[in-house]
Amino acid sequence: MTTTTPVTFDRRPDEYRHWRLRVDGEVAWLELDVDEQGGLVPGYELKLNSYDLGVDIELYDATQRLRFEHPGVRVVVVTSAKDKVFCAGANIRMLAASEHHWKVNFCKFTNETRNGMEDATEHSGQIYVAAVNGTCAGGGYEIALACDKILLIDDNSSTVALPEVPLLGVLPGTGGLTRVVDKRRVRKDLADVFATRPDGVKGKTAVDWRLVDELVPRQGFREAVEKRARELARESDRTGEGGIELTPLEHRYVDMEVAKGQVTITVKGPENDPGDLHEEGANGWFLAMTRELDDAILRLRTNEVEAGTWILKTVGDPEKVLAHEQAVLGAKDWLGNEITHYFKRTLKRLDVTSRTLIALIEPGSCFAGSLLELALAADRQYILDGPPIDDEDSDERATIRLSEANFGPFPMGNGLTRLQTRFYGDEDHLAWLAREKDHELSAAEAVELGLVTDAPDDLDWEDEIRIALEGRASLSPDALTGMEANHRFVGPETIETKIFGRLAAWQNWIFTRPNAAGPEGALRRYGTGQKAVFDRKRV
Amino acid sequence: MPEKIDYDAKIPNNVNLSEDRRLQRALEGWQPKFMHWWGEMGPTLETQGVYLRTAVSVGREGWAHFDHVNVPDYRWGIFLAERDPDRRIAFGEHQGEPVWQQVPGEYRADLQRLIVIQGDTEPASVEQQKLLGLTAPSLYDLRNLFQVNVEEGRHLWAMVYLLHAYFGREGRDEAEGLLLRNSGSPDAPRILGAFNEETADWLAFYMFTYFTDRDGKYQLGTLKESSFDPLSRTCEFMLKEEAHHMMVGTTGVDRVVIRSAELIREHDTLDIGPHGGVPLDLIQKYINFHYTVSLDLFGSETSTNAANYYTAGLKGRWQETRRRDDHKLTEDARTLERPTGDGTWTTEELQAILLLNLDLRSEYVADCQTGVKRWNKILADAGIDFAFRLPHPGFNREVGINSGHHVTPDGTIVDEATWEAGKRKWLPTTEDLTFVRSLMHPVYERGKIASWVAPPRQGINGKPFDYEYVYLT
Repeated sequence: MTTTTPVTFDRRPDEYRHWRLRVDGEVAWLELDVDEQGGLVPGYELKLNSYDLGVDIELYDATQRLRFEHPGVRVVVVTSAKDKVFCAGANIRMLAASEHHWKVNFCKFTNETRNGMEDATEHSGQIYVAAVNGTCAGGGYEIALACDKILLIDDNSSTVALPEVPLLGVLPGTGGLTRVVDKRRVRKDLADVFATRPDGVKGKTAVDWRLVDELVPRQGFREAVEKRARELARESDRTGEGGIELTPLEHRYVDMEVAKGQVTITVKGPENDPGDLHEEGANGWFLAMTRELDDAILRLRTNEVEAGTWILKTVGDPEKVLAHEQAVLGAKDWLGNEITHYFKRTLKRLDVTSRTLIALIEPGSCFAGSLLELALAADRQYILDGPPIDDEDSDERATIRLSEANFGPFPMGNGLTRLQTRFYGDEDHLAWLAREKDHELSAAEAVELGLVTDAPDDLDWEDEIRIALEGRASLSPDALTGMEANHRFVGPETIETKIFGRLAAWQNWIFTRPNAAGPEGALRRYGTGQKAVFDRKRV
Repeated sequence: MPEKIDYDAKIPNNVNLSEDRRLQRALEGWQPKFMHWWGEMGPTLETQGVYLRTAVSVGREGWAHFDHVNVPDYRWGIFLAERDPDRRIAFGEHQGEPVWQQVPGEYRADLQRLIVIQGDTEPASVEQQKLLGLTAPSLYDLRNLFQVNVEEGRHLWAMVYLLHAYFGREGRDEAEGLLLRNSGSPDAPRILGAFNEETADWLAFYMFTYFTDRDGKYQLGTLKESSFDPLSRTCEFMLKEEAHHMMVGTTGVDRVVIRSAELIREHDTLDIGPHGGVPLDLIQKYINFHYTVSLDLFGSETSTNAANYYTAGLKGRWQETRRRDDHKLTEDARTLERPTGDGTWTTEELQAILLLNLDLRSEYVADCQTGVKRWNKILADAGIDFAFRLPHPGFNREVGINSGHHVTPDGTIVDEATWEAGKRKWLPTTEDLTFVRSLMHPVYERGKIASWVAPPRQGINGKPFDYEYVYLT
């Protein structure tokens, strides 16, 4: 499935086609009411509250607004506005008709949104509760799994299910398998039974197996959910007032230049000193830059699939970047916290982006503190050791700067900072780096500290960079994706790394196998009345 | 202000060196190291001037300037053949596209490797020939030795130029590496085996310049076809100079054979060792050795690397543009003779593109044959019933499908015992080498020559044989 018009990610609640967001004091209701005719691309109907990328883009928008616009919301109830069906998961016709890269990108984005919901609970005290009011299958149950609590309607027929393996020949790839055992600690033999049963599990068994937390009688379901939500709200430590509006996106600080095979993303530093975070709201540099960067990543991933290399640049005054960073990290209130975690999630998006990332650090750039994280997220970093290319008489030199931001607030999916990942297990080196915080580091120092891959001088720069980029572009994109994903995540596994690494890798493989995607495969035969034909060889 | 160096005067070139800051800086770093290397590893003999040919430009007028030159002051220079602005890629998957003036990132590593390997061979022979000046049979030969040496040095410069100009810092590191490896060094030997062998005597020098430098000619010929135009043009000019080395080799062996024939007739015996000549069977042993070691330089008969280089357009075939086929070779087949365990030869049909090393080697073998014919004619004219011949390509091989098999010079596959027993007849023994070395007395008087070699028919640049080619202290 490909679109002729580029996909956008900017949404507003009053224009949602598939979700309804209603805030009632400490509790927000997020109701799924999918418009069957509202698919992002033509060719399928979104029946039974099934979703496609467009539905999930709205969900993502809602979760962002809940954090920024509604600091008073402590519990978010995710439920369905339709009777007897919570959510049937990702739309099968959409999946069956999609090109491989689209399926994979779709899975990646939906996973990021689910992880974002968990992040809201863990870091913002915004507890997500799934009120499963009807059939809940596949991706539908995966939405529920991303919630902190799952309440299941006790109507003696509604089930939760992960039927991907038996029905579709693919995996519950939005973290389903991982969350069942790792997060909900369902016993692995029971998880095995559950994930191979197309009809799912209902009622008391679902509770016994830990697939859901509680059963709620059908009569008075909403009242009971509401009551439970109010109780949970009392357990949350989220405090905050005001909220800031996430105004429509403008691209002021993040510029994308798409060329054949590659994209240059330039992040511009702030022009002014930081003001009051709350007064500036969505106009404040840090938040605006983060939103634009997030949007840029999402749009490039979806719309520019052959732009295999992203060149990351910054322009601006490092001092001002650090001043803004300090205003956010030092704010110690809900908004500072939200911006911090949002930037963290945006960097994580970069980490799991299947594109080669190359940071170019040139005179006039501002890779300082939080923006240095962009460079550290990259697969390689090149710093120009010499005057600007177009002005050889200039005294200006490229520098980078470490700050507190590089030592904790923006961890990767593996739970480590990018520096800990880069120097995995080398505590002495990390201690050395900690001593080099808060002052300018020249190209030579950056090399010595191991913070850059190479530091070509002004005579070599253009050729070295050209050759590096051309060389990269000639390699197999698949091999690069695999290699980069391996290099980027060292050390411990977390639920996140399992979802993005292990699970995604298997899903990608399965998505290209004839048993799933072939003309007689389960994904293609689903709903045709014909049985899938499997190649019985185990590989 | 630092003093402005006149680069064009110091380093004759046609690559716009005086305007190219990057190249200047690279050379400023490299040149002192080169001079140090030349001092350590170059010719041992001190001279006051050698009658050398220096290229000052690539045109007809410029490439052969003769004068007495103090060897360390030789102006090595950087020359590429004139650029053909319409040149297009002649083979492989890019066939028909304009040639590249820049290194494509995709092929950076492969091109760099090819250039480094070629570059590594150039200074190696200087190192191998380091001591020969002490035993030169005449001033004429001594002069030729220096000419070959400075030109190998210039060929090193040519490869270094490419590394400096097109391969950035890594290129500069590799250029330095060319001086850090040394022929026969136990720690950092030259990359290819033949360049770690000793060239201990002048017969070996003639053989080396005939057989091993001829391999260089063919390798340069394939690189001359490269789609990377600066490499192509560099090699084209190098081939011009290489021709002189061939001449030294061809006429060198000629002159040994002529002298041996004279002694045979004079003393009416093939056993001319006691009369200060090199016996013909010993010359044959030298041929056997130098020829087969040089065959190893062509690499394995079947090579996917060579195929990849070809498809990518990095390295073509000998005289690629004159070949009449599709220049892609994916459809063509060719046969390969392969030794088997039971002592017979089998033929196997393979894709032509996998046999490019064999293709080049066949061109080389045919070329080597012309020398053998030439030497045999000398013997025939002298009425001597003896004929040299090239051994079978399976003989004495360390590289490729024949390595691990024992093949006699006539192509019979034998067991190890038979091989060991025959080896003394086929390859120079320690006694043979000692004997040849015993003939190597230096002759530094004008117009005089050693006992074992005839004077040349012609001098250099129209000068007579007794010209003072080298000023010694």
